[in-house]
Amino acid sequence: MWGIVRQNVGGASGLSSQVMRLRPVASAMRNYSSATKEMTVRDALNSALDEEMAADPNVFVMGEEVGEYQGAYKITKGLLDKYGPERVVDTPITEAGFAGIGVGSAYHGLRPVIEFMTFNFSMQAIDHVINSAAKSNYMSAGQINVPIVFRGPNGPAAGVGAQHSQCYGAWYGSVPGLKVLVPYSSEDARGLLKAAIRDPDPVVFLENELLYGESFPVSAEVLDSSFCLPIGKAKIEREGKDITITAFSKMVGYALKAAEILEKDGINAEVINLRSIRPLDRATINASVRKTNRLVTVEEGFPQHGIGAEICASVVEDSFGYLDAPVERVAGADVPTPYAANLERMAFPQIEDIVRAAKRACYRAVPMAATA
Amino acid sequence: MALARRSSTLLKPLSAASSSSSFLHRRPFSTDDTTTITVETSVPFTGHNCEPPSRSIDTTPKELMSFFTDMALMRRMEIAADSLYKSKLIRGFCHLYDGQEAVCIGMEAAITKKDCIITAYRDHCIFLGRGGKLLESFAELMGRQGGCSRGKGGSMHFYKKEACFFGGHGIVGAQVPLGCGLAFAQKYRKEDHVTFAMYGDGAANQGQLFEALNMAALWDLPAILVCENNHYGMGTAEWRAAKSPAYYKRGDYVPGLKVDGMDAFAVKQACKFAKEHALKNGPIILEMDTYRYHGHSMSDPGSTYRTRDEISGVRQERDPIERLRKLILAHDLATEKELKDIEKLARKEVDEAISQAKESPMPDESELFTNVYRKGYGVESFGADRKELRATLP
Repeated sequence: MWGIVRQNVGGASGLSSQVMRLRPVASAMRNYSSATKEMTVRDALNSALDEEMAADPNVFVMGEEVGEYQGAYKITKGLLDKYGPERVVDTPITEAGFAGIGVGSAYHGLRPVIEFMTFNFSMQAIDHVINSAAKSNYMSAGQINVPIVFRGPNGPAAGVGAQHSQCYGAWYGSVPGLKVLVPYSSEDARGLLKAAIRDPDPVVFLENELLYGESFPVSAEVLDSSFCLPIGKAKIEREGKDITITAFSKMVGYALKAAEILEKDGINAEVINLRSIRPLDRATINASVRKTNRLVTVEEGFPQHGIGAEICASVVEDSFGYLDAPVERVAGADVPTPYAANLERMAFPQIEDIVRAAKRACYRAVPMAATA
Repeated sequence: MALARRSSTLLKPLSAASSSSSFLHRRPFSTDDTTTITVETSVPFTGHNCEPPSRSIDTTPKELMSFFTDMALMRRMEIAADSLYKSKLIRGFCHLYDGQEAVCIGMEAAITKKDCIITAYRDHCIFLGRGGKLLESFAELMGRQGGCSRGKGGSMHFYKKEACFFGGHGIVGAQVPLGCGLAFAQKYRKEDHVTFAMYGDGAANQGQLFEALNMAALWDLPAILVCENNHYGMGTAEWRAAKSPAYYKRGDYVPGLKVDGMDAFAVKQACKFAKEHALKNGPIILEMDTYRYHGHSMSDPGSTYRTRDEISGVRQERDPIERLRKLILAHDLATEKELKDIEKLARKEVDEAISQAKESPMPDESELFTNVYRKGYGVESFGADRKELRATLP
């Protein structure tokens, strides 16, 4: 179970979508079959919540405007009518209070899904996420587990200004005892939210407002009510051999577009959709870098102490000899988010930033000499 | 031996050795729970937006004796913890409850183990009241495997889930919303139980308390907020911290009751009243007027912000154990010597528990990585030098 391990990063299988099944089905793993249906991320989240609430009476939803308003972003639409006000609970604007109430109810065995209208407001309640939820199983030596999900939009939207645009992936991702998930597609949204709700530990589920309206193809198995994705496994969205690009949430879409542009320049990029910040799928990332020898990390959050910094450190620790170029980080600008559209555009990664960083990683054959 | 027959749930012989002590000829008071004795609380209750309960309370000899015995044990445990801390066997934080015993004893007498309790970091006696063992308490304080949290929590993180005791919390005020969450679950599940969320006069000013109280009142949660007002939030007296130190009134639309927290029967009556109220009408606040003899923690002498006269004054006039002693003697339920013997036995039980706790080993090194998750999916975790120490979380 545990032991002192010198070298443990083997080649990960690098399989594309690993699907965890809850009812036995004939074939084991496969890519998603030819898409017959499209689904928005919003509907994916809504249907996941609906199915999990139907399956387990202990699951309930709590947050601001989740009930009568049908959800600030309509993610919880229809749930109040279906499940009633005892299970879809509208709260006052008191995050510290209702996050604490949610955690307390989880101590007593309920399975709350607490919505933060955006994760910026989670800072009001962050003590409960970390000290009351994340650490309890450890401090109680396993007596008190906390099967809670904190979900809501994370990161920038469009023009919402500095106080409403921060990405909390790095902060929550650093806390042992938490699981931090970052869906991109509708398949991710359904599978990861269902997994999060079923998980016995506290999960921070970071969505993205601008992705809610985006449609993605979904296969029959994704639509099945038993569909679940494994926690802690990244997905290779696009296979490639020249460079690895890691991304999560909205940046996966940007990375895929950057990969198309890079293809025209003869650079074949592998795009990894992290899906999970904690646990971080170091095995998949390292296996990919050992194959491609170059890495660009992409995130919308602040650059210092960010997700890319952790991925870079992991690759340097486990796959140093395989790197043919320094790791490139593309991240949000190191400034509070400005409002003006042109400045806001400069504050977050654009497709051309990813392309440029990838090209840099590809043309730099020897390490750059230290600048004077 | 006589003590094995005693009604107290706390004093149980730890080993065969202790049960071979001399048999004390006792009058049959210790199991007499049929004779009714009526006691009056020291002061009447003061109500806020509610009709206070009567200050006449019925009890039995059995209950009177068990209160005395259990409080004596708790008092001994805390004093022993003081010595252990000074000999560096207990590290970090240690917040002692001596003086406040009547609150948890009176509360337990009014409720069941299916009612929930959650408190802050002054939790050792509350743990005992919920059925926790002395050995588990001392072993946890000393960071050993035999501790109630297997040495991983420490003084501030005692839990006993099967007795609905949810800790043991280090962040001032956080336990109040958590307690309202426990009450939320009880109501969700349509249980006939309540939650007592305990906090101090320092925590009483926390914003999250009012956020949680508002929701508890909106949704009629069976939550009882118990302010253990020992008049000092660490080194700050209540009049310096609260514009209104009438904590039982601070709920505004939520009814409240002010209780003499040094009187175990007043506490019992108040908790009984509160439980009935909460099950029908939602939250209620109980302010327990109590006192701690020790400083805030072992790093606080407790005498820079209050006079020694004040401390000894409370000890002489209001000590909860002395109050019980006088009552027991007045009702002729035991002699002074018998009561002293009970206290001696408490001391003995505590000493035995400590020596057993000292035998308990420190946690195995592998425990560094256990219980991070309930379900770890085989994920990797790392020690300080990650190339040297890694573990797979089951």
